Amino acid sequence: MELTLWTYEGPPHVGAMRIATSMEGVHYVLHAPQGDTYADLLFTMIERRGLRPPVTYTTFQARDLGGDTAELVQRSIRQAVDRFQPDALLVGESCTAELIQDQPGALAAGMNLGVPMVNLELPAYSKKENWGAAETVYQLVRTLLKPQLPAPGTPKPSPSRWREEGRRPRVNLLGPSLLGFRCRDDVLEITRLLAEHGIDVAVVAPLGARPADLERIPTADANVCLYPEVAGPVCSWLERSFGTPVVRTVPIGIGATATFLRELHGVLDLALPAELQEVEGQPSEAERRSRLPWYSKSVDSTYLTGKRVFIFADATHAIAASRIASKELGFQVVGLGSYSREQAREVRAAAAELGLEALITDDYLVVEKAMAEAAAELVLGTQMERHSAKRLGLPCAVISAPLHVQDVPARYSPQMGWEGANVIFDSWVHPLMMGLEEHLIGMFRHDFEFVDGHRSHLGDGAPAAASGADQEGSMATATVPTPAPATTATTGPAPGTTTAGAAVREALESLWTADGEAELAKIPFFVRGKVRKNTEAFARERGLERIDAEALYDAKAHFSR
Amino acid sequence: MEAPYLAIPSMGVSAPPVQPPTGAIPGAGPGDILKESGQREVFCGLTSIVWLHRRMPDAFFLVVGSRTCAHLIQSAAGVMIFAEPRFGTAILGERDLAGLADANEELDRLVKDLLERRPEIRTLFLVGSCPSEVIKLDLAKAAERLNTQLVGRVRVLNYSGSGIETTFTQGEDNALLAMLPLLPSSDEEQLLIVGTLADAVEDRFRLIFERLGITTVRSLPPRRSTDLPPVGKGTRVLLAQPFLSATARALQHRGATLLSAPYPFGVEGSRDWMAAAAHAFGVPDDRFNAVLDPLVERGRRALEPHREVLAGKRLFLLPDSQMEIPLARFLSRECGMKLVEVGTPYLDRQLMAADLALLPPATQLSEGQDVDLQLERVRAARPDLVLCGLGLANPLEAEGIATKWSIELVFSPIHGCDQAGELAELFARPLRRRAVLQLS
Repeated sequence: MELTLWTYEGPPHVGAMRIATSMEGVHYVLHAPQGDTYADLLFTMIERRGLRPPVTYTTFQARDLGGDTAELVQRSIRQAVDRFQPDALLVGESCTAELIQDQPGALAAGMNLGVPMVNLELPAYSKKENWGAAETVYQLVRTLLKPQLPAPGTPKPSPSRWREEGRRPRVNLLGPSLLGFRCRDDVLEITRLLAEHGIDVAVVAPLGARPADLERIPTADANVCLYPEVAGPVCSWLERSFGTPVVRTVPIGIGATATFLRELHGVLDLALPAELQEVEGQPSEAERRSRLPWYSKSVDSTYLTGKRVFIFADATHAIAASRIASKELGFQVVGLGSYSREQAREVRAAAAELGLEALITDDYLVVEKAMAEAAAELVLGTQMERHSAKRLGLPCAVISAPLHVQDVPARYSPQMGWEGANVIFDSWVHPLMMGLEEHLIGMFRHDFEFVDGHRSHLGDGAPAAASGADQEGSMATATVPTPAPATTATTGPAPGTTTAGAAVREALESLWTADGEAELAKIPFFVRGKVRKNTEAFARERGLERIDAEALYDAKAHFSR
Repeated sequence: MEAPYLAIPSMGVSAPPVQPPTGAIPGAGPGDILKESGQREVFCGLTSIVWLHRRMPDAFFLVVGSRTCAHLIQSAAGVMIFAEPRFGTAILGERDLAGLADANEELDRLVKDLLERRPEIRTLFLVGSCPSEVIKLDLAKAAERLNTQLVGRVRVLNYSGSGIETTFTQGEDNALLAMLPLLPSSDEEQLLIVGTLADAVEDRFRLIFERLGITTVRSLPPRRSTDLPPVGKGTRVLLAQPFLSATARALQHRGATLLSAPYPFGVEGSRDWMAAAAHAFGVPDDRFNAVLDPLVERGRRALEPHREVLAGKRLFLLPDSQMEIPLARFLSRECGMKLVEVGTPYLDRQLMAADLALLPPATQLSEGQDVDLQLERVRAARPDLVLCGLGLANPLEAEGIATKWSIELVFSPIHGCDQAGELAELFARPLRRRAVLQLS
């Protein structure tokens, strides 16, 4: 038993729903009690879908449990097939149905439905959403490709067979799905990028694919594993069973996009264009196609140097962010972690490259604590970190699921490819600029022109932020209206953290001597907070009993390393 | 235009509160009821925690369930404003199910950790879920055991919010029912308002009752979980919410009298609701009218601009929060809307009696749901507005049918004469918006 307050991932059947809803012509019959239909709103509200997810819930009740729930399952399956006429059917169960062991998949198998059926067994008590999504894609592809499986010993198809066949090379883009981060735009961006290099896209799946499209997967020369969380297992299976090579570099960021293109050219036996070869003095494709390289080199970006960045996301986006932050924007990564346990190894490796220890957890309170302790100046995270960062008064950009409705923007805003790099530059640097603006607001606050009511975009800082955050703070949907101000005002922030935090603050504040405070006051206000924090951390570390002017300068010297 | 307020017999205080209909009242009330069972697009009772934890800031709601339960509450709540919310889920894992871990010991450990972190908690609700019910985890026993361990510090209660037993708002009914045994007994004369109200709305009602001379007014649930009202022969219960069947009955068992009245939505409903109390406490007519008339007049003025938008428009209410019948009554009688179908998750005739009697003749009611069939009826009827849950709203809008999300109604202060305008506005807004947008 494990206490959870907010979760990064839903249960595995929600992962299966993401696949069914991403596709067309697929229907999912879910043996589940009343209430599990809540998951529909993730799609209709966060993704603003104008269609109900293609899911039929058996909606069993307590009184059904004494009777024949198996009959209810069969009836639901039959009705769903009649009504929705799917090209393929997924049959599975949610956590409660797993306990009553009706085995809906086995029941469906005996029903002679006339459509391909996948029996989804997703252990709800040990696995989570992304695992469920990956397993669903894998099972669905496996079921549909069974008739095409090459006989054992069949030689692997040559990835350069396109040449003999007199056509352009083609690849599949695997992994994009609803409720993934910016998948819709990434697919467009990568499709364009490939087209410029003379490479066609055979199948995009699951997003927008029909079961018949999945049957065309083996016609591609290679599979691009765009989102390992969802497509990792199916890509490995296709490699094993069909001999299709996999391109595993995820093209997020300048370096990764170039590496991706080189890897792809290598796999497909395509000649590497001059712009993708690293030749001194020659403009690279990245410099020609993306603004990030020049924007990052331009003098205005000098202030980005060494900004302390804390990163927590799904594995794919966390790893990509750590590379972009450290190598392409000149930030200092002070924390890196992920809730994707399945990809923990890769995250640990990326952290080790930066001399850090990866934080692998699904407890957001642990993440918040690490964020505070790392003294981050910018947070790159999920919606959960956005809220934590807001409480800590830190600027934050969202880089990964779990999503909020505002993370599904109307405008084109991919993360991948050259345009993705542009989007990333803007969306990560912008909150920092806003941070600078905070200082200006503070600086001019006492000028008579300054009008009361200029509010910080970060809210009113940590403990007092309850009502301010309330107006904006909405995790899963942003759709639920905020309750009446009258009720929120009396509720206040969670005392558990704030009281403990306040006690620590008070203890630290009492350490300052009068001359220490006086010296601190001479420091320009926009770095004063940071100096105070650093000095207190220094004092705590050294076990100092008081913080006087000397201690302040000792700390300054210590942190100037 | 018809004048909907003039011909309502129940408005007078001297007239007894509306009698519960024993069957269909000729010329009024619902027609045949369509009963359906099938896929239900409603939340389970766990969702009530979202407003209950706000009502009682010194209580913690610990769901004993699965990752689905945790995900449901956070998705339905949509609000993640507090570092640590006053609700959480004890997620059952494989070890618990396989019997490798003693679920009771695990629960005790978890509760101990939780209370160490949150010393301000005075009442802990252990909330049963579908999985905990199916594996027959005895939370009553767990609560009893924890109560002895924590005596004097925290009171531990338990109830079920499972989807196999409860829909959406029934979770509150079960939570209040769990609190009842703790209510002290007293035959003191008092008015007991039962059902969560926004604090501001509650304050307004108290003020009005005070003006009427009803001075002892208490609430269940209280604002502080330990501040429990007494109950007994002198208690007159006024339900503020229409989904508290079990609580109402249990209060009657404790000697309380249940006042029959429409629910306090809209000017008429709110007035009749307060009239029921006034009548029970023997408030003279002139005093009642003196206090209420200005409020009624003001409420009607606030309604008027929204009535202009809503009058004559056809409304289809899908089952969700159990508030559908009283809302349909308000929207038809005070806003002039035409009712196409009024869905309700379940029908408690006694609790809905006063509102049912005020529905227009032959109103089509439906109980339960088979969502695909119901949506077919929606498409066939092409109503001007559909009240529905969040899972259905955008899909219906995409089909060109205007919607109002029902969940907003359980979060917004909508009770009372003073809120009638706001309540109507919630329904008028989608129609106004459609009229404003010029996009093609």
